[in-house]
Amino acid sequence: MSVVSAREPVGPIPQHHLSDDLLTAYAAGSLDEASSLFVASHLTLCPECRRRAAMMDEVGGVLLDDIAPVAMSAGALSAVLSRAEAPANDEPASMAGSRQTVFGADLPAPMRRYYGCDLDGIAWQRQGGGVSVATVPGIGDGSHAFMLKVEAGRAVPQHTHRGNELVMVLKGAYSDAAGRFGRGDVELADGDVDHQPKAEKGEDCICLAVTDAPLKFTGSLGWLLNVFVKM
Amino acid sequence: MCRTIVLDAATPDDHKELMRRIAAAQDKAAFAALFGHFGPRVKAYLMRSGSTPESAEELAQEAMVMVWRKAESFDPAQASVSTWIFTIARNKRIDAYRRMNRPDLDENDPALVPDGPTAPDTAYAEGQVSTAIREAVATLPDEQAEMLKKAFFEDKAHSEIAAETGLPLGTVKSRLRLAIGRMRKQLKEFEE
Ligand SMILES: [Zn+2]
Ligand SMILES: [Zn+2]
Repeated sequence: MSVVSAREPVGPIPQHHLSDDLLTAYAAGSLDEASSLFVASHLTLCPECRRRAAMMDEVGGVLLDDIAPVAMSAGALSAVLSRAEAPANDEPASMAGSRQTVFGADLPAPMRRYYGCDLDGIAWQRQGGGVSVATVPGIGDGSHAFMLKVEAGRAVPQHTHRGNELVMVLKGAYSDAAGRFGRGDVELADGDVDHQPKAEKGEDCICLAVTDAPLKFTGSLGWLLNVFVKM
Repeated sequence: MCRTIVLDAATPDDHKELMRRIAAAQDKAAFAALFGHFGPRVKAYLMRSGSTPESAEELAQEAMVMVWRKAESFDPAQASVSTWIFTIARNKRIDAYRRMNRPDLDENDPALVPDGPTAPDTAYAEGQVSTAIREAVATLPDEQAEMLKKAFFEDKAHSEIAAETGLPLGTVKSRLRLAIGRMRKQLKEFEE
């Protein structure tokens, strides 16, 4: 542990991480697409959770090795070999997306693939109160993710949650009763959390958010509810 | 290099050697041995997650085609062979049944925050991680092992598992957490 390495980590390492529940569901492949995007984006920014995710994949491998096998059909091996050797009819490129070289990036690659651009190309929809949103386009399974931008020094109105809300900071930082959240930090909020996240002064705070139900505003700014219900 | 392996090779090291031969020399005998072990397991996995036997067979074949084609991209320092094949089969399943992409990180992403200044990890390369996890899974109480298998194989959200088993959601989650906690404890020695 005391060995000094020449390779220092670039940028801050997140302090608030993914839950085991999320990592398990991601490894198992039972997570919806929006939440999977959230997990993949955090993994890009968090070496610690990458190790945890690798461990969960290993669990999958061990369980696969352990499963009671079911015989393949008689000609399976030769069928596979002849298909395998046929010229590959292009595995679909893992996802459509811009192929241009990127030098440095604000958004993790999984997010850039959906938006087709980095943070500077995002078309924000202003919602008033210093809040803007940009829905993640092209999610195939009906789940929903969006980016939320809160102007420096301003707060999202006080609210609680009907379902689960997953938030991860991509730029800037915010604070609420649970602490300070900077780039890569994850906050999971549910019906027990009633909070008013406030962006730090000096820089707009941009977050990726995944909600499975509309937020419930507890303050007086009920008008903002439209913002979230529309999404 | 001169290690002899039996054709129904079953140890993780044997699997790595088979992968090496497939990648280096398109060795069909090595592939046949690997296929003999993993094909029927991939099929069983797909059936357990809800496929009919016919589509499990078809998808398992597709997965094994990918194993052959992507053999060169297998990195024995990153994962064991069973893990690598599990991820291929899982992604096939998601493609086929969930009608969604599975967002995954890109190792070459300029936004990637690299690993910290800890020593390079040899635990995966040497198979210690999967051995430790194997031991941990083998010694889990039945109810925790069963929950882990459900969570990994049945393509159900934790809330669906709760509804189906009649267990409270909190119980489902706590059994999973206990199982994972035990594995993490087993892995502690590699984390330093
Ligand atoms: Zn993390
Ligand atoms: Zn909230």
